[in-house]
Order: sequence, then structure tokens, then C-alpha cells
Amino acid sequence: MSLKIILFGKLADIAGGAVSVENVADTDSLVNVLHRNYPAIAKSKYVIAVDKQVITENTILNKKSMVALLPPFSGG
Amino acid sequence: MSDQNLYERYHRQVILPEFGEEGQQKLLEAKILVIGAGGLGCPALQYLTAAGVGTIGIVDDDVVALNNLHRQVLYSVNDIGLSKAKRAAHILQQLNHEIKIISYNERLATQNALTLIDDFDIIIDGTDNFSTRYMINDACVLLNKPLVYGAISQFEGQVSVFKNKNVNDVNYRDIFPDPPKDGEVLNCAEAGVLGVLPGIIGTMMANETIKLITGIGEPLVDQLFTYNALNNQVYILNLSARKETRSLIPKSKKEFLQIDYEWLCASPVQQAEIDSDIFNGMVAKGNVDVIDVRELHEMPAVNEFNHIRIPLAQLADNTSLIKSDIVIAFCQSGKRSLQAANILSGIFGERKKIYSLRGGIVEWKKQKQTV
Repeated sequence: MSLKIILFGKLADIAGGAVSVENVADTDSLVNVLHRNYPAIAKSKYVIAVDKQVITENTILNKKSMVALLPPFSGG
Repeated sequence: MSDQNLYERYHRQVILPEFGEEGQQKLLEAKILVIGAGGLGCPALQYLTAAGVGTIGIVDDDVVALNNLHRQVLYSVNDIGLSKAKRAAHILQQLNHEIKIISYNERLATQNALTLIDDFDIIIDGTDNFSTRYMINDACVLLNKPLVYGAISQFEGQVSVFKNKNVNDVNYRDIFPDPPKDGEVLNCAEAGVLGVLPGIIGTMMANETIKLITGIGEPLVDQLFTYNALNNQVYILNLSARKETRSLIPKSKKEFLQIDYEWLCASPVQQAEIDSDIFNGMVAKGNVDVIDVRELHEMPAVNEFNHIRIPLAQLADNTSLIKSDIVIAFCQSGKRSLQAANILSGIFGERKKIYSLRGGIVEWKKQKQTV
């Protein structure tokens, strides 16, 4: 199962755009993979959304899950 | 102005069936506080003024700079160096004489935040840093004030509305519970921003505010709107309250006053902390300004090396006293000097090397005795 992850702001800069991640059953394992592949993401603050809902705990993913990572912005 | 003129001024929105005279009356009675008269604040202010919001407060302690003009389109070159709050109030008043515009040429801090915010019905956050943003969020939750939030970075923007009416209403800390440290997220000055972007996002914030006041449409409550100016992608996320959020927000005005929001966001400047040995070496070498940031009455007195005395609270206003390119701050234990180093780094950036004496003067005197 390959999932396309949408990245916003600085996170997209780090990974060079959207990324695809193979074989992840839930958001915790997704985070592990992302942090391993992109250590700079591990150091960043962000929130995870699955199917446009911001999640606060580990969430099961399926092949249709739409996952997005958003960092906070401070600019005004 | 006569009623006929008022009728004419707002005619095109009053004839909207959803809006009507009732909507116009609600705008006229509303009191809106716009914090930050910059990229987001300018367009928000212009549209709220034009729409006829009865009372508008503007908080900003900054002055207009040339590099603001590509996005802060309220100002012109003649305004450079002048107070943003005052200039914005003056320019906006010319657009609409019928409304009351109050300028607060001051920095929002815990000391004035609650009083200022309490006087208004809806708060608009157009600030440019996390410490103020978290302060505004917490104050609005505490005072049950609706908050219209917007933020930008490079080509992307975010907008949300936090109603703060009931205990379980979503607020900013439900999205990002803790502030990022300085430098973790770049601001406009560091990362850059497309001039049009705050125009779009700030205008959306004005729109959300007008919807909140008049009760029309569906404001972005429990939603985070994101926009990408490069590919026009819009993404709206649904938000829900977190159980732990309440514990992060001060429970009383007294508790609020005790929080140092700048300190919450300040990154530990470990690399800029120096121990007594390195300190002595740098002082001996010369060409360095040593600053005692303790209060003037604090002991022990220091006469072992040349230094200037600027208490921490007065530091930001007295940077003209600092001449050298290398600056070392010290205090009693090394804590306030670290704050001082953060403040000075914020002001001088790369132009000066800023250090803090680890362990403060107490540790330094102890080391001296053992030597």
C-alpha cells in the first residue's frame, strides 16, 4: 500500500514536495518512516490530518486515506 | 453625514437580502480589535473600515519601513518611520469618517492584553510572532472573546475562527498545543513572503469577521483553512478540541499575568552561553561590551571588570548604549542574561555576537575564589 502524503510549508521544502510512503498501517508508523527519511521533519512542529480531520492520537490508515502534515505559521 | 449619505455609502451591501439594514446595524454596533497593522492587519482594517464597523481598535508598536510597502499597502513612502497604529488610524479615518478608530501605539504584552481585549467584541490576530499569537489565544479563551486567526509563510496562508464561547470550543492550542521555539519556524523577515498573500489572507479575515458580526454564512469555526498562492490549492481541515488543551491555558487573569510568553518561545541559546574562563578571556581581549542586566540595587556589586548597567526590563530601549560588536550579558544566576541575550539577538541579529555568562555573577565570583 502506497500512501501519498501532502506536506505544507517548510515540511514540503524539507522533503521537496509531496512524498509517498509504503506499507504503513497507522499514523504512528507513518511518522516513524517520515522521521527516519527526513530527520529535519522530526525536528519540526506539525499537526497530522487524516481525511481532512486533524488527529490527536494514533489513527489506522487505509489505502484511501488522505494524510497531510501542516506546520504552524507565524507570519503576518 | 446625513442618513441619506449613510444609506448610499453602504447601499451595495445593504441590498443583499442576507445582509440588509439589520446587518449594517450590527456592523455599526460592533467593536473590533485588530492586533498588528502589518501585512494581514492592513487589508483587514481597510475592508472593516469600508464596511462600516462602528469601532475599530488598532494595536501595533512598530513603525513603517520601506520593506513593508510591498505588502502593507495602506502605507506610502511618506509614512516611513512613523507609527503604524497612528498612520493606519489616520488613513482609515479618511476612508470613513462615520466610524470610531482608536490607535494603540504600544506592544501587546501580558500587562495590557486583557484590558485591551476586554473592551472589544471580536479580536483579529494579524501579528507576526508566536509569543504574541499564543498570548492572544490564551487571553481570548480566558475572556471568552471570538478570535479571527490568520497567519502566512512564503506562499501559504492559514485562517481560522475560534469562538471561545463554550469551554469545549476549539482554540489555536487545539491545533498546536505548544509554541515552537524561536528559529524553529521562520517568519516573513527570514523566509520571505509574496506581497499579495497577506492581502488575500487578511481580506479573508475581514470576511470571517463580518460573517461573525452579522451572523450570515458559515465562518471557519472548528476549521483550519489553508491556501497555497502558487497552485491555488485550498485545503480545509476539521478541528476538534483536545482534552489536554485546557491545562495549557491560564485559568485566571492572575495566572495569565505570570506567563512570560516571549520566554516560552525563546530558544535556549546554549551556544551563546559562556563559562567564567571564556568570559575572562574575552574581557581581557577587550573590544567587548559587558552588560549587567540585574536591577540597579542588586548585590553583589561588581568592580572587577568594566561593564554597563541596563536592567533587563529597560534593555530593549537602551540598545544605543551598546557599541561593541561583541556583547556579553550577565545577571545573578545566568537566567535573565539568557533572556537578555535572546532580546539582543532579536534586535541585532547577525550584526553583533551576543553571549550570556553561564551561572551568572554568583558562579563567576565563586570561580574567582577557587583560582
